[in-house]
Amino acid sequence: MMEIVVNERAAETLVNLSATAAHPAMGAASLPVRMEARHLNFFYGASQALHDISILIREKSVTAFIGPSGCGKSTFLRCLNRMNDIIPDTRVDGDVLLDGRDIYRSDVDIVDLRRRVGMVFQKSNPFPKSIYDNVAYGLKINSTLSGSELTERVESALVRAALWDEVKDRLKTSALGLSGGQQQRLCIARALAVEPEILLMDEPCSALDPSATSKIEELIFELKERYTIVVVTHNMQQAARVSGETGFFMLGKLIEFDKTEIIFTKPRQKTTEDYITGRFG
Amino acid sequence: MNRNARRKHLSNAVVGLCGASVALALVPLFFVFFYVVKQGFSSLSWDFFTKMPKPVGEAGGGMANAIVGTLILIGLASLVAIPVGLISGIYLSEYPKSKLATAVRFTADVLNGIPSIVIGIFAYALVVLPVKHFSALAGGVALGFMMIPIITRTTEELLNLVPPTLREGALALGATRSRAAFTVMLPAALPGIMTGILVSLARISGETAPLLFTSFSNRFWSTTLSQPIASLTVQIYTYAISPYEDWHRQAWAGALVLVSVVFLFSVLARVVTKRLERMHRT
Repeated sequence: MMEIVVNERAAETLVNLSATAAHPAMGAASLPVRMEARHLNFFYGASQALHDISILIREKSVTAFIGPSGCGKSTFLRCLNRMNDIIPDTRVDGDVLLDGRDIYRSDVDIVDLRRRVGMVFQKSNPFPKSIYDNVAYGLKINSTLSGSELTERVESALVRAALWDEVKDRLKTSALGLSGGQQQRLCIARALAVEPEILLMDEPCSALDPSATSKIEELIFELKERYTIVVVTHNMQQAARVSGETGFFMLGKLIEFDKTEIIFTKPRQKTTEDYITGRFG
Repeated sequence: MNRNARRKHLSNAVVGLCGASVALALVPLFFVFFYVVKQGFSSLSWDFFTKMPKPVGEAGGGMANAIVGTLILIGLASLVAIPVGLISGIYLSEYPKSKLATAVRFTADVLNGIPSIVIGIFAYALVVLPVKHFSALAGGVALGFMMIPIITRTTEELLNLVPPTLREGALALGATRSRAAFTVMLPAALPGIMTGILVSLARISGETAPLLFTSFSNRFWSTTLSQPIASLTVQIYTYAISPYEDWHRQAWAGALVLVSVVFLFSVLARVVTKRLERMHRT
């Protein structure tokens, strides 16, 4: 079933588009909410990078953020797993709820939060370790699995990231010997190995060639069966291809957030329309 | 055309100047090296490595105790300096802008510039005075203090070269800050840090001044850490200022061994770095 979805992705998307267009109540809007931002503001020192962002992220769907460079979409993504905490002199106000609980409360275990909300970065960042050790890293620090369980989990993560067949014979070799696209899929495998509930992807394809990009996109499409995915992208076609809902950011504000087909076919805001038709950005 | 010719002449002149500077820097090094080899090699024998010093007037004998002593002192210094240096280097690179980091960085730089004899006096006050006798331990502490700033700063600088995205990658998998530092950042920077450690070892293995009031010297075989211990450098110093021809020759042999040890550390630093880097890549 899943293979069919992948192979006939384009056709399937079209069907979805027409179906949801005909019945607005169906599709993404009916899925339960996993994360929610309420009136989120974010500051680097004195300069405000995000203004009053409110957004809903639904379970087992792909939410995409688009917008010109420097519009705050990555900053917002990094608020969702508190990755901005490590940048000195930054400040957040407003709430980010994960299953109804504010993740910025002081009693939240940030290590646990980041395990539940995984992240894949713009530039693939495999550790200078073997392929196996890269995928096993998160498992080793979070649990006390036996050797055979560990091997099983590593294999299953690599399978889910569609990398297993390419690396199964060289698990012990350095991850830095992989190609760019393989490295990015390794980073996805590494994130999936710890079984996150939500996966944040920060421009996961921006450093990849078109064929590697299409592999990652197929992967995103497949993964949404199981995970809640939030993806930041420069590439509007990519957002249109993979996501159910899309948010358009500009100058630190969320200009518009709606179902993807609405954003791309009949956006409510003039700025959104100008951006997606390529009038600027 | 005229202008081009002038530029060419100027370029040649600058290249020539560079070459001359390199020669100027290397010539003394080669002279020292060849002189030490020439003087030391004739007195160097198997006995030098295995026998104890002979009393004045008796020919032969060696510096076995001093060679072992130097190795023990280097080992002690490493035990003191490597953990402290590594951990403070990690701190500096993880929290580069904190007030404490600024203070630590400044202190390390000052410590690095302090004359080694002052470090010797400090270790004397710290370790020798309370127990009222010289000891190998005091010598190790003095040498360790000299190594700490070098290792700290090298570790910091090399960790800063590791892409910060690796840290974020580890944190995103649920690693704590310290876990990420020790299991991802440090291993990634390790080849360079190893070089830094070996260079600092090469540097301290030639130190005499900090040992004069700390490990002192010992004419006898001793590996007890709480007792004075012989070292190549102090032995060379004692022999070189003595009026005996025999001892002078022994001092030259000692100098040759010392230079070889330093040379060996430098070669080792290069080999280890290459090897570790290759391990990361394949």
